[in-house]
Amino acid sequence: MTIRNPTAKHFLALLTAIYLGLAAVDFDIFLRAISVFTKLLSNVLPILALVLLIMSLLNLKIKPRIAKRMLGKGSGLKGWTFAVVGGILSSGPVYVWYPLLADLREEGMRDSLVAAFMYARAIKIPMIPLLVYYFGWNFTLLFTLYLLIFSVLNGLLVERLTER
Amino acid sequence: MKNERPREGKARVEEDTKPQKITASLNKTATSFAQVFPILIGVMLLISLILVLVPQSFYGAVFTGDEIFDPLVGALIGSVAAGNPITSYIIGGELLDRGVSLLAVTAFIAAWVTVGIAQLPAEGMVLGKRFALIRNVISFLSAVLVAILTSLTLELIWP
Repeated sequence: MTIRNPTAKHFLALLTAIYLGLAAVDFDIFLRAISVFTKLLSNVLPILALVLLIMSLLNLKIKPRIAKRMLGKGSGLKGWTFAVVGGILSSGPVYVWYPLLADLREEGMRDSLVAAFMYARAIKIPMIPLLVYYFGWNFTLLFTLYLLIFSVLNGLLVERLTER
Repeated sequence: MKNERPREGKARVEEDTKPQKITASLNKTATSFAQVFPILIGVMLLISLILVLVPQSFYGAVFTGDEIFDPLVGALIGSVAAGNPITSYIIGGELLDRGVSLLAVTAFIAAWVTVGIAQLPAEGMVLGKRFALIRNVISFLSAVLVAILTSLTLELIWP
């Protein structure tokens, strides 16, 4: 994974500056934001640990040529299934999965499958009862079905448009 | 004498012991993670700020009742909003009770989980600016399309 670290550090420095400015202007909002951040971080840490474990196992067990065969240009239906099912099963916020996706892409994962994985995350199996409670079975069924179809369409379109 | 020559390249890699392989794998993961860690912290700080500065009552106040305009507003608000999808379902349920159309609410909850304006800088840094921008624009349009198709199909099958 190649990231221009100065950019990442500038991003963090900018947000730190915003928080410091906020502390000077309204200390109460600053404290509330810090409290939300702490809660967010504690929620994210277990998922981050899971992502790190998956990344380590993939680095250990899956060689680039195998990753390319499973998720690369010729992966076909198998690749789409991996991406869509992986997206549905992945939990936590999307940004936690960026490092893993970047690593897999460096080893040959198609852009379309990265986009499909990210879109399919909209389908949250544990939250289906809540969706049914608020919107009913019929809506939940159709909404989930369209999200599934659009995860593939999105993937295809993103790849077409990102091709140089 | 032939057997005494040290092996190089692929053969040498294959001879790595298990602990060496594990160490190499952990090192690679740690390097990747160290590069991405400041971005993750930055995006969490940004999301925390949005969650504190934008009250939930804001979401209900921006819908006008316009059948064409509201789905776009729904998708736009869903794109900017951040947080757990459960929150989007709860807000969506409340918006429906207040008379906001199902079309607008569906666009709102679809965009909430598929488009991420707050995460866009982080996504751009890790996965590439072009990829992040195109993916988010297409996901925004998809949220509106999914909303239209879901509402139309619901009316057709279960009028």
